[in-house]
Amino acid sequence: MAEPLLELAGLNAWYGESHVLHGVDLTVARGETVTLLGRNGVGKTTTLRAIMGIVRKRTGAVRFDGQDLLRLPLHRTAHAGLGFVPEERGIFSTLDVMENLLLPPVVADGGMSIDEIFTLFPNLKERRSSPGTKLSGGEQQMLAMARMLRTGVRMLLLDEPTEGLAPVIIDRIGEALTSLRARGMTILLVEQNFRFASRLADRFYVMEHGAITTGFPVGELEARMPELQELLGV
Amino acid sequence: MVTVFGVPSQALLGQLLVGLINGSFYAMLSLGLAIIFGMLQIINFAHGALYMLGAFVGYLMLANLGISYWLALILAPLVVGLFGMIVERVALSRLYGVDPLYGLLFTFGLALVVEGGFRYYFGVSGQPYPTPKALAGGMNLGFMFLPVYRGWVVIASVVVCGATWFLIERTKLGAYLRAATENATLVQAFGVNVPLLLTFTYGLGCALAALAGIMAAPVYQVSPLMGSNIIIVVFAVVVVGGMGSILGAIVTGYALGLIEGLTKVFYPEASNIVIFVIMAIVLLVRPAGLFGRDA
Repeated sequence: MAEPLLELAGLNAWYGESHVLHGVDLTVARGETVTLLGRNGVGKTTTLRAIMGIVRKRTGAVRFDGQDLLRLPLHRTAHAGLGFVPEERGIFSTLDVMENLLLPPVVADGGMSIDEIFTLFPNLKERRSSPGTKLSGGEQQMLAMARMLRTGVRMLLLDEPTEGLAPVIIDRIGEALTSLRARGMTILLVEQNFRFASRLADRFYVMEHGAITTGFPVGELEARMPELQELLGV
Repeated sequence: MVTVFGVPSQALLGQLLVGLINGSFYAMLSLGLAIIFGMLQIINFAHGALYMLGAFVGYLMLANLGISYWLALILAPLVVGLFGMIVERVALSRLYGVDPLYGLLFTFGLALVVEGGFRYYFGVSGQPYPTPKALAGGMNLGFMFLPVYRGWVVIASVVVCGATWFLIERTKLGAYLRAATENATLVQAFGVNVPLLLTFTYGLGCALAALAGIMAAPVYQVSPLMGSNIIIVVFAVVVVGGMGSILGAIVTGYALGLIEGLTKVFYPEASNIVIFVIMAIVLLVRPAGLFGRDA
């Protein structure tokens, strides 16, 4: 495997007194797309939030490009090169589409221009003056992803980007992610939609009870289907 | 003599001017309160004390250092804004995420300490602050006599309120502030130093109070009680406008100042309570305030 960009080793995390992650180990190589699979409540979202530092009570190691993220205050994580697209999308109702798009600070060179973003997501161009939360669910998801692409982050953490979206919109999101992969973006994707994830990912990890139970490359997917279907209840 | 509903027009316009001047101070003070509440969720009971502090900083600068009104207009807000930032870092930042009552009690205590200290040293009588020479005298507008300084207060407050509105609604910094009001954690995850933003916001609110204080000094005199006299009315203005609403604070500040002025003409007995009656009605009909988000 190529050099890891993101590396978790023995990551534990707590919400208050509740111990949620029990020693998560995973790696994501530069330019790779990795999908985290698992049933509801196994700790997938918490893993992303713990990587970003939104969940502060953590032990173990989170290294991004060799840098220990556990030592950084929350607002410095993005500057290390990580962009987070939350499950709830986090579109701001008091900002219009353009303001939402321009909100995250640019953390490095190499981000997409507004024109490139509008080429990738034409709907956003048409609705750039609308209040952010007046967009459809699919458009809000596009906006949530698009605003991170401007910033020059090297890796995207995507939490359930297809949740609650119509199939045609899911296809559009899939095309956008394929385009990002082609540009060399590293992606860690949490996804319940197995079919969607199987079209994008280079590798998969399966989570159970706050820990990784297995990991495999996309080439082994067919052979593991029965096992996964039982494990994930799909 | 021209009369309106039996009231001489000069008396009416005179009271409207008084109402507009009071409204100017209401607007500037409630604007600071609204910014602080909107962003920090802190009901800043120290706002009146900070207004008084601004006036006293200007007064002490003039009395001890000969610093002019014009320089004090810049320095007093800076000094009080810095004081506010220290208070936020040292104390208020520890109260985020707990019941807002703690913030209210802390700022109420802070107001008592600051006002008590000034009362101890200066007594309760007002200290005169001269009107700057360039703004002395008045203008005969034909239908009324307008003191130049009061005209300046109205114009300056409109400019300050407009500039603050522009900062919040039309700049990148304002977008950070508005977004952080909705979801501070996510804004921080985007790479914005939200704790620093909160410190700046409290400092800005305090600086606005101090600016109102130094502008009020030549009009009302400088007294340790000047803040506690006005703060309850200002809270009523913020409630009517909608807690945390910038536009609501500005519009309601001027409007209630004018309504108070008109009440002094037509029914003087009610002039001290009219703002609170309006507040009660608004709370009954539109609890989020006229410009509040849930309205």
